[in-house]
Amino acid sequence: MLELALDSVLGIGVVWLAWKALTGEDPYRSAVLYIAFGLVMALAWVRLEAPDIALAEAAIGAGLTGALLLDAASQLSRRNDGPTDRGQRRDRARESRPDGMPQGGAVRSRKATDALVPAGALLLGGVVAVGIAGVAGEPGGLTGLADHSLERSGVTHGVTAVLLNFRAFDTLLEVGVLLAAVLAMLVVRRTSDLEGVLPPSAAAPVVKLAAGVLVPLMILMAGYLLWLGTHAPGGAFQAGAVLASAAVLLFLAGHRSIGGLGATTLAVILVCGLAGFLTAGIVTLAAGLRLLELPPAWAGPTILLIEGTLAISIGGTLAALFLGARARAPGDVQAEIGPANSAPE
Amino acid sequence: MTPVEWLSAVLMILAGVFFLGGTVGILRFPDTHSRLHALTKADNLGLGILVFALILQAASVAIALKLLLAWVLALVASAASSFLIAGSAAAAEVQAGASAGEADA
Repeated sequence: MLELALDSVLGIGVVWLAWKALTGEDPYRSAVLYIAFGLVMALAWVRLEAPDIALAEAAIGAGLTGALLLDAASQLSRRNDGPTDRGQRRDRARESRPDGMPQGGAVRSRKATDALVPAGALLLGGVVAVGIAGVAGEPGGLTGLADHSLERSGVTHGVTAVLLNFRAFDTLLEVGVLLAAVLAMLVVRRTSDLEGVLPPSAAAPVVKLAAGVLVPLMILMAGYLLWLGTHAPGGAFQAGAVLASAAVLLFLAGHRSIGGLGATTLAVILVCGLAGFLTAGIVTLAAGLRLLELPPAWAGPTILLIEGTLAISIGGTLAALFLGARARAPGDVQAEIGPANSAPE
Repeated sequence: MTPVEWLSAVLMILAGVFFLGGTVGILRFPDTHSRLHALTKADNLGLGILVFALILQAASVAIALKLLLAWVLALVASAASSFLIAGSAAAAEVQAGASAGEADA
């Protein structure tokens, strides 16, 4: 009974937060609602007994993507209005113009096709519900086979075994997709390194102190999550997300190391995950096995090595996606970008 | 239930009260600074009481220490971010005051 109440609150909360985030006028509000949505979603994953996905959702979905959205919202507002008070913009938006439409922001006139989106969503939801009702009650498809082969996989945690051994090819392609995304960002920014990324205003001392305390712990936590993935929820994606958060915190604290990342170092960091994975595949092919067919004796260390390079790469990719928005493209006139965080001296 | 479990349950309800109070404060207080004040009550004190309640039920010392570490890290993060939010709100108020003064002049 209590579980039903908790699950319904989570389910309704997820849908309501998503609706509010999508239909808001203020970009900041929508970004914050999206972060809340990510956290409630992580709780939902925990209730579905998928702690690995919950960890990844909280770190990447709520944490890093939320930071990206807040950053984008702040840069949008600086370009449109200049550095005005957000409260002023909200009040101006609430006053109506003479024809009854709210001022400011992007407001489309209502069209007949506006009803298509909710109708399509309902249709899709109905199809998914029918599909789930048909599946429930059948014995799990490949779960038995995966559990049976767990001893030969080199790790003792089922999710890691599936991700990095049984279905390693899928993970290889995922890493390729991440690399393509960050390359696309670098192309759009017309930059190949992260030099010139630091904000022009100096960071407040409190942030520097907090970064000094938190960043070493975060690097330790990333290593712990990486090692933990062999026998408990954890692994490369979660460790990479924590590393990326550490890099973002270093950026907010104005640490020199972030601004000095040259093109070669960045390229090595971004590529080493995919390179490690491909090397493992090539070695297995050269040894006469099938692609990424890890022999049981070598599987454990190989998986740990692949996960290590993957964590570095994923951390670098997510951090580059966040920081690359600030990098100076050639010919860019850099406006006053940077968090308004200095206390009035 | 043993006395320790009773104490743990009471502390968890108390932590819930603090979180509720903090949330009501965020929703009802008039400006950013007082809302931050309410937020830190929920975040630091409520979380601390909750962690203490969980430590009473922890299976081993290692788990209890990890819970304590989680609370300390939450304190550091919330202190730094509260400072940044308050500074940004103060700077925005100064700007709003300045532009209102210009509009009058």
